[in-house]
Amino acid sequence: MKIIVCVKQVPDAKDVRLDPKTNTLSREGVESIMNPFDRHALEAAVVLKEQYCGTVTAITMGPPQAEETLRDAVACGADHGVLVSDRAFAGADTWATSYTLAKAIEKLGEFDLIICGKQAIDGDTAQVGPGLAQRLDIPYVAYARKITECVDGTIRLERLMDDGYDEIEMEMPALMTVVKEINEPRVPSLKGKMKAKKMQATVLSAADIGAAPELLGLQGSNTQVVKVFSPHFSADKCMLAGTTDEMVDQLLAKLDKLL
Amino acid sequence: MLKIDVEACIGCGLCEDTCTFGAIKVEDSVAVVGETCTLCGSCVDVCEVGALSIDTVEKNVPDELKDWAGVWIYAEYRDARIAPVAFELLGAGRKLADQLGVPLSAVLLGSALGESAEALIAHGADQVYRVDDPALANFTDDAYANVFEDLIREHQPEIVLAGATAIGRSFIPRLATMLATGLTADCTDLAIRAEDGALLQTRPAFGGNIMATIECPTTRPQMATVRPLVMKPNSHDGSRQGEIIDFTPDPARLQSRVRVLRSVREESDEVNINEADVLVAGGRGLESEKGFEMVRELAGLLGGATAASRAAVDSGWIPYPHQVGQTGKTVCPKVYFACGISGAVQHMVGMQSSDTIIAINRDENAPIFQVATYGMVGDLFEILPKLIERIRESRTGEAGNR
Repeated sequence: MKIIVCVKQVPDAKDVRLDPKTNTLSREGVESIMNPFDRHALEAAVVLKEQYCGTVTAITMGPPQAEETLRDAVACGADHGVLVSDRAFAGADTWATSYTLAKAIEKLGEFDLIICGKQAIDGDTAQVGPGLAQRLDIPYVAYARKITECVDGTIRLERLMDDGYDEIEMEMPALMTVVKEINEPRVPSLKGKMKAKKMQATVLSAADIGAAPELLGLQGSNTQVVKVFSPHFSADKCMLAGTTDEMVDQLLAKLDKLL
Repeated sequence: MLKIDVEACIGCGLCEDTCTFGAIKVEDSVAVVGETCTLCGSCVDVCEVGALSIDTVEKNVPDELKDWAGVWIYAEYRDARIAPVAFELLGAGRKLADQLGVPLSAVLLGSALGESAEALIAHGADQVYRVDDPALANFTDDAYANVFEDLIREHQPEIVLAGATAIGRSFIPRLATMLATGLTADCTDLAIRAEDGALLQTRPAFGGNIMATIECPTTRPQMATVRPLVMKPNSHDGSRQGEIIDFTPDPARLQSRVRVLRSVREESDEVNINEADVLVAGGRGLESEKGFEMVRELAGLLGGATAASRAAVDSGWIPYPHQVGQTGKTVCPKVYFACGISGAVQHMVGMQSSDTIIAINRDENAPIFQVATYGMVGDLFEILPKLIERIRESRTGEAGNR
């Protein structure tokens, strides 16, 4: 079974702090990490590989330093890393990103399954997975929380819904996005770390994947940012004071008005 | 790419502080842009001396855009029920349609739809496009997207809105890709630009730490998913008139390569924390499963649902569907109680847009107090039992008066 995992390098939110005085984001010393949901996607792929044999290729679109994330993926069980990187990709919205990834995946050849995290924690759009499935014209299921089995070219899984879950069967090749419930990602093994050190990522440029320049990056994006601004926080902050009884009294009075 | 006018740049560092991606740095008193720049434009807006600019590619706006007219909303239907977000979309869509002077239409896909179309009209739709077919009984991305695509291509609406629910976030991106148009996820505000009628779509980015307003200048329809519980629904008016248009899709378009074998509802009434008006959330400060029981009790008393920080979920006190935050759900109830939650930024981005936030924590320096409307510093194990007791007393008092 040939599995492709889409991973993204994102700023680590754990290091991001709100500056109490200005209510702005302080990013001092923020490191780049693999998008946490993608870690679950990778783990799902590696588990499938262990069960059914095959290969796991991690692919990322990003600047040259996104190679670190591929190394991380190899350390956690991926066999190979593909870095899709070109200045021309900068400013891509999800439409241009899914186009670029689809062209790169077509270039890589046949596959059985693509697994993505449900969304990236920097953009939170959850659009690249479904967009990619559409561009590759393959069936797709979002929010997989469990893979039951994989036989005769079909995969069975459970999809998390707002009100429960659905049991799904899907023909492969196919794409799924996963939620964190699906597994507990492993930590890199020593062997994995050694392999990661030696890994030579395949690097693909816009020309390598035969992409149309007008469909890439900012130019290829259907959406445009008009402006970016800081959200305003609650203006009327009020600390309740006094004994427990007094605070509870005040709170109940406030609640009476709210509910 | 991002252009820096080195003559104009004064090296003040505002851009560096603003950049969410760590892509711009001040070196030798001049801003320098790195590879991680995503051209989001936040630095351009913040620069006080106008030293930063982004080369925008001027795209021609095709003439045929003016042929697209009307505002559509997707009326999600599952389990013999219209999702509440559909009524909120009708509320938001009505305003947009009135401003543009165009009709508001709802798209209703499913099987055995009953009187749902009539309910959508009563809540503000001028037209309902209804596709009632057994093949749509279960949600599958390809069949839903195919049918929706056919309707859009035939009628050419300028705006299509859907709820940012599990279903909406699953198939609407596929639909937008089919239509080769832009889509903005998880919007919290929608407005029409008076000059040209463009839809301005505002959404939180980077987990809510910055807000971005997005437009879709050269393609139609302009598409957005909208967060549940943000927009105000119209009230029900049974006298409203509207038209129901039944659409029979090509059977080939209803075929899906995905089969739903079984659809299971998890009976817990509170799993869908996105829909609750009151959320009582607990975190590490509750110390144990037993401590967490107080949160459940308070939620029950207030007619709300129970939520949790990641720490509480990881401790096994409550299952993952209740988790609020970056790796859980984003919620915006009327009232959010944060009990024993210190307020890691990953949690705050999931709840900071709640109307009222009540925080109870032992540590007066806990970051949660920065976003709290009302804060209480003290011992949870004193405050919560007292609060629960007082609410109980007032309830029995009321019951006795009746």
